[in-house]
Amino acid sequence: MKICVLVKEVPDAAVDKRIDPATGRLDRSGEANLNPYDTHAIEAAMQIREDEGNGIEVGEIVAVTMGPSGAERALHKAVSLGADRSIHLSDDALAGSDVAATGYALAKVLETENPDLVLLGQQSDDGECYTIGAVVADHLKMPSVTQVVKMVVTAGNAKCERQAEYGYDTVQVDFPAVISVGDAINEPRYPSLKAIMGAKKKQLDVKSAGDVGIDAGRVGTDGSKVSCGDFKAPPAKASGQIIEDEDTNDTVAQIVAWLEERKLIA
Amino acid sequence: MNFDLSDEHRLLRDSVREFAEGEVAPIAEEIDHNKRFPTEIIEKMGKLGWMGIPFPEEVGGGGGDSLAYALAVEELTRIDSSVAITLCAHTSLGTQPIYLFGSDEQKAEWLPKLCSGELLGAFGLTEPEAGSDAGNTQTRADLDGGNWNINGAKQFITNAGTDISGLVSITAVTGTDERGRKEISNLLVPNGTPGYEQGKQYGKIGWHASDTRPLTFTDCKVPEENLLGPRGDGFKQFLKILDIGRIGVAAMGVGLAQGALDLAIAYANERVAFGQKIGKFQAIQAKIANISSELEGARLLTYKAALEKDAGLDFSLTAAQAKLKTGRLAVWAAEEAVQIHGGYGWIDEYAISRLYRDAKILTIGEGTDEVQQMVIARKLGC
Repeated sequence: MKICVLVKEVPDAAVDKRIDPATGRLDRSGEANLNPYDTHAIEAAMQIREDEGNGIEVGEIVAVTMGPSGAERALHKAVSLGADRSIHLSDDALAGSDVAATGYALAKVLETENPDLVLLGQQSDDGECYTIGAVVADHLKMPSVTQVVKMVVTAGNAKCERQAEYGYDTVQVDFPAVISVGDAINEPRYPSLKAIMGAKKKQLDVKSAGDVGIDAGRVGTDGSKVSCGDFKAPPAKASGQIIEDEDTNDTVAQIVAWLEERKLIA
Repeated sequence: MNFDLSDEHRLLRDSVREFAEGEVAPIAEEIDHNKRFPTEIIEKMGKLGWMGIPFPEEVGGGGGDSLAYALAVEELTRIDSSVAITLCAHTSLGTQPIYLFGSDEQKAEWLPKLCSGELLGAFGLTEPEAGSDAGNTQTRADLDGGNWNINGAKQFITNAGTDISGLVSITAVTGTDERGRKEISNLLVPNGTPGYEQGKQYGKIGWHASDTRPLTFTDCKVPEENLLGPRGDGFKQFLKILDIGRIGVAAMGVGLAQGALDLAIAYANERVAFGQKIGKFQAIQAKIANISSELEGARLLTYKAALEKDAGLDFSLTAAQAKLKTGRLAVWAAEEAVQIHGGYGWIDEYAISRLYRDAKILTIGEGTDEVQQMVIARKLGC
């Protein structure tokens, strides 16, 4: 079995995110890190490999990213966490791609790899679109399961628990498939020093848009249907109602009345 | 000059940070309160290859360098000094002597187990009347029938009395040299050797979850081949070990100051007084700005010492300067951070109170500030 894991470099969680008004894109000048959700996807791949009871021989785990040159750092982390090799799709023509264009470009890389399973984090810490998995799956003509928090994998399929507003859906999907995972699915390991020191020795292929047959007209700012601009800060929240707790019974009654008025409790 | 960390250094730093925040922070208050040595954390760090960072892979080490080691120590201290000093004393003081001066047999016997964290190493230099003044060492080792017979006492020794403590390297007087001065040698004494006893844990101001004990040696016999390096080289050896150790302790000062600053900023952005967050008051901003500026200078000095060592240069002046600078910085930064916390800084539940207690030893351990000043002044020609 071959597993490809889609990863992304995002601004570190400790960095205050802001839109660069000049470009209308996220300001990526600060510290960056591998998208935390993607570490769960790599861990999920590693657990499939290490589970001796599932009857699956994972031949290769390949980390794939699209991004500027610095994005290689995310790939180094991905291979230190267990991926065998990595692919970096990097091309000026891709800058400014929206979700649909990015999903198309990543799918073109994946076509060259022909994986049995594509894993990815359900969302990125920056764009928070939750949609790349579905777009990639559509291009690859594979089934897509998103927001998976539990996964039991056997030779031909995966039984997934998909998080939903009302609880969980249990979905069985045949391979090949694209599965995006949530952070409740596992506890990612920490990379050992040995894995860190060995990360750069693992194969990293840099590919241009042309290398994987990407139609330049379908990517980049011009190839994207979403155009960004005219950003505004969200309206400030109205200040809440503060109830001074002078008599607790009375306070409770006031809170209950407030909730009932808005039909929040029956 | 290039101030960028390599990808490997960044990855290690980030991983240790995630580990410290994810695994150590949740238990830091508990192990401090209960004075519990966190064996489980040491085991995990051992599996990750972090208990032997600066030693080559051939001897079982992590294959990193001094900068990688300093970054790891810094990130651990940012969260918890007890865990950091356990790794630091084990690496710089416990394992280093065997790596630098051990025979092939000693290296093969001890380094893989020490670097993997299966066993902890300790270094026994300080005595009731001798520490940096090692010429006054009273512990004796007499060669008798193929064994060293050791008698004496050591004190303030880290890592010697845990369930996973493997051995201690001690300085002992093994005779007199041709000029009639004490001949000092280093000897390896495995835990479990009859006559080698670890006393009760000290009550300490801070570092509550680290293992610090007095040791006694009463007709304790170890084989002749437990001598570390040539006989009479002990003085030279431990000076070298302390030089290297200062880089680790300096990294602890940087990490503690960073931890104090992080806690101070978080609190200043949360606590409201007189209708605004206290971080908006100039008096608080000045404290935060000053800590941050001093810290960045101290960090660069510490990294410089590590880089000098990694480049094979003489690093002892820079390491002593870094140790002096960072110990004082840590004490001051922790005090300022407590001040920013106001009354909460005095309360156990707030991590800053632990950092405040943990800071003071950094101007004392591994050579007091006054010893660093002596080392620095001598290096400058005084």
